[in-house]
Amino acid sequence: MDFFLQLLVSGIVVGSIYALVALGFVLIYKATGVINFAQGEFLMVGAYVCLALVSQLHIPFWIAFFLTMAVTVVLGMIIERLALRPMIGEPIISIIMLTIGLSSVLKCAVLLVWGPNNRVYPQIFSQVPINLGPIVISQVYIWSVGFAFLFLALFTLFFRYSSYGIAMRAVANDQQAALSMGISVKKIFALAWCIAFLVAGVGGVFLGNINVVNVSLGFFGLKVFPAVILGGLDSIPGAIVGGLIIGILEAMTGGYIDPLVGGGTKEVLPFVVLVIILMVKPYGFFGTEEIEKV
Amino acid sequence: MGVMLNVNNIEVIYNEVILVLKGMSLEVPEGKIVTLLGANGAGKTTTLKAISGLLKSEEGEVTDGTIEFMGEVINHREAEDIVKSGIFQVMEGRRIFKDLTVTENLLVGAHVRRDRENIKRDMETVFSYFPRLKERHKQVAGYMSGGEQQMLAIGRALMSKPKLMMLDEPSLGLAPLLVKEIFEIVMRINKEEGTTILLVEQNANLALQVADYGYIMEGGRVVLDGECEVLRNNPDVKEFYLGQSEAGKKSFKDVKHYKRRKRWLS
Repeated sequence: MDFFLQLLVSGIVVGSIYALVALGFVLIYKATGVINFAQGEFLMVGAYVCLALVSQLHIPFWIAFFLTMAVTVVLGMIIERLALRPMIGEPIISIIMLTIGLSSVLKCAVLLVWGPNNRVYPQIFSQVPINLGPIVISQVYIWSVGFAFLFLALFTLFFRYSSYGIAMRAVANDQQAALSMGISVKKIFALAWCIAFLVAGVGGVFLGNINVVNVSLGFFGLKVFPAVILGGLDSIPGAIVGGLIIGILEAMTGGYIDPLVGGGTKEVLPFVVLVIILMVKPYGFFGTEEIEKV
Repeated sequence: MGVMLNVNNIEVIYNEVILVLKGMSLEVPEGKIVTLLGANGAGKTTTLKAISGLLKSEEGEVTDGTIEFMGEVINHREAEDIVKSGIFQVMEGRRIFKDLTVTENLLVGAHVRRDRENIKRDMETVFSYFPRLKERHKQVAGYMSGGEQQMLAIGRALMSKPKLMMLDEPSLGLAPLLVKEIFEIVMRINKEEGTTILLVEQNANLALQVADYGYIMEGGRVVLDGECEVLRNNPDVKEFYLGQSEAGKKSFKDVKHYKRRKRWLS
């Protein structure tokens, strides 16, 4: 039982980061209809930027963390302006291909600047674990989960109550009608890319603190696909739930099945889930089924 | 009262080849209701989209002529700036945001407003015109009936406090009783809020009763215009738009039946 709870907790931690990255992914899909294959690379860039600020420029972690958030927003803006805005009106498939190119460019840029070696964050969070009854949680896990949920809550409130959040959902619903309300669709697109980069960057910083930082962090983006497909590609609550479920499933298989077969199932399982979901419930748990009046 | 909107001899081309409007002109005086009538494909909706700037989002372009609103040329402005300057188009087919609630739909309508503090009050005004929306303000808009959606579309337009509201076929697909109700509210909005209205309609009979001045379009240009009183009594309009012929009901037994020619075709 203790082992189960332990796995559950680490599943929730990783899952909450999946949820955060998935949020950005869903946002872009909802607002612009584009599937962003560079989401994992956004995360990687976030992890590297914060690492560079902390270990190369010796800025205290929390200041570096907020600086990283600013940097990712600016990067999101630049990418949107240079790469995506000229593509407005082009076929969606071209834009999707562009995001694949973008992911390569970002990966190479990181390799160019920081090289291929593994890097680690200096000790930031206390090593002393916290005992919650039978389970032991390291402090970095608690901070990660706390921040992930904080951001998820903030964005949920943003979409529900703020004028721009509602406008974003309106654009996702009917672009031309939104245009006729005087909403600047271009601005909304830019905002979507900024937020996507921001949440991925935040996820990257915490993931980097949990694991090592290297270019393969970008593959984390691939794991987000099962999460968003499970939750429903266009649903924000779905991204959160899907992320958590995938995180927990991964931890469970890692704990229970990997020792039996000699490892590796953990990496595969999310994609098995992906295939099953696509077969039985292609819109996911929360994906909107079109409201159609008959 | 001055001319609020002046569309001067515009030409609209879609996709750089399809000429849709061929020298379209019209004037909308401040505070009045003007109606634009015509058959399908005459270019009514295109005219509205040229004014509101929505053409640009569908590969259309005003290639000639000018559109002036309150003395300023607006045909090269972006849609969002045109909405800010006070023109609001209620698009054909209602186009409400299906996944948003009624209240959220109304808030989106107020997106360009700078005076955030008055929005609550204006929402009450909208609810006073459409009490049905108040009852359903928490409901997801996609599940409402067609009539309620049309009310929401007009209410949403009101939220932006437009100087000129352009309604594109508000009667589309609604029961006659509901159409009457909506037109009465449109007239009230015109009187009480002082909103100038440009109304595009297929239902010529109703439109000519509501409006002060009418334009009739055919093949991308205006073929006839005049006070609605005059238009209603014009024999051509009666025959082709109101479905009444001079001799009352036409009998198909009549052997020497001839089809009346539109006089403006010369």
